[in-house]
Amino acid sequence: MNLARREPRWAVFFTVLLALIAQVLPLPDWLSVVRPSFVVLVIIYWSIYSPHAGGIFAPWLAGLALDVFKGDVLAQNALAVSLVAYIAMSLHQRLRNQTLIQQSLFVFAMLTLNEFVVFAIEGWSGHTAASPWRWLTPMIGAMLWPFVALLAGRTHSKA
Amino acid sequence: MAVFGTSGSRIGGGRGPSFGFRFFCYAVISVVLMFYDRRGGFLDTARYGLQAAIYPLQLAVNSPSAAWSWLEENFATREKLQAQVDQLRNELRSQQLVTLRQASLERENATLRGLNSALPDVIERRVVGEVISVELSNLRQRLLVNRGGTHGVYRGQPVITGDGVLGQVFRTGPFSSEIILITDAEHALPVQIVRSGVRTIALGTGRSTSLELPYVPKNYDVKVGDLLVTSGLGRVFPFGIPVARVTKVELVPTEPLAQIHAVPLAGIENDREVLFIWERPDHPAATASPEAIAVEPPAKAPVSPP
Repeated sequence: MNLARREPRWAVFFTVLLALIAQVLPLPDWLSVVRPSFVVLVIIYWSIYSPHAGGIFAPWLAGLALDVFKGDVLAQNALAVSLVAYIAMSLHQRLRNQTLIQQSLFVFAMLTLNEFVVFAIEGWSGHTAASPWRWLTPMIGAMLWPFVALLAGRTHSKA
Repeated sequence: MAVFGTSGSRIGGGRGPSFGFRFFCYAVISVVLMFYDRRGGFLDTARYGLQAAIYPLQLAVNSPSAAWSWLEENFATREKLQAQVDQLRNELRSQQLVTLRQASLERENATLRGLNSALPDVIERRVVGEVISVELSNLRQRLLVNRGGTHGVYRGQPVITGDGVLGQVFRTGPFSSEIILITDAEHALPVQIVRSGVRTIALGTGRSTSLELPYVPKNYDVKVGDLLVTSGLGRVFPFGIPVARVTKVELVPTEPLAQIHAVPLAGIENDREVLFIWERPDHPAATASPEAIAVEPPAKAPVSPP
């Protein structure tokens, strides 16, 4: 039985790329301060529904791309995103049995964790690159979760 | 039970190490990367390469606005273009007059200094760059420009526009560079007031229309409307490039220092092109090297005739 062939690797690649673009797309100031981390949302989706497609490497790479893009300390987002992916992967069997609304609660916690890790590293390195509005973005991300999950769900066939 | 999760928690199983172990490895790599990135050094080379990898994506992300300005340019009406041509012609005429005056002034200056011929311009070479993206928030004032290491752009290079100092190169990639504006909250620029010769430091405020001069004692000669130019100290900008104009001088009786605000002359809202400049290294107006500063006797007061 070769499961590896069925892994939606291309779907992972393209959705993460799209999320990356959505996250760095130039937007008006008021809109960009409340923009949730789309990359984390998409990574959580794949960690739950196809944990072997990207493994930890894809989240880590996506985070690294985010670091280079934003000019942050290298690997700060990489660490935060892979941590979130790891937690989601460890709980993926339980999370799969929940409804999208129930999952939103978990997503909210994970987005907050992601922000906190980035915030902590920024504090340590002395570069603050986000406004206090960042603590609002997990809420918005959690509200967007059902839509992101439904859209991402269309890119692959769930076994 | 294994330390980093059991293989039983995975579908399939038997496909390499567990998620926990893999996460642990990536976390260690991340921490090492962060540590070395913070310290600077060999990771700068890695970043240089990564900048190139990410550049196509940066271009793609900013293509909608680029496409819009391209459309706007292509469908501009004839009257609008004619008006623009007229305006440029007027500007050229007045610039020509200035240039004519300057040639004779330079000669006069050279005679006064006892030189045989006028000095060449301190700016030896310039490269025009086009702005790809703009980030103007109160925490970051940065530009991404389409000129990088392959065009000779280096870290800490001065960047100006036709109106004055814009900023300096913060990070380079092979084909692009990130520019930190003088209005960025983390930027400080040594300046001099043309009229009185007062030297001080202009700090960015995070707002693109405002600079702060927090280190000027109250009894120093600063007035609203004074022109600030680069002082040539600080080893980045050559002497005498216009920076800003003083808009507010606040004297609070309880404070020993005046609170001075200035508005930068160069803006990126109106022009999408910037100039990277290379200065003539042995020119008197070039940035002072540490040795040159060291041999000078310590000044009694920062006030000196211009």
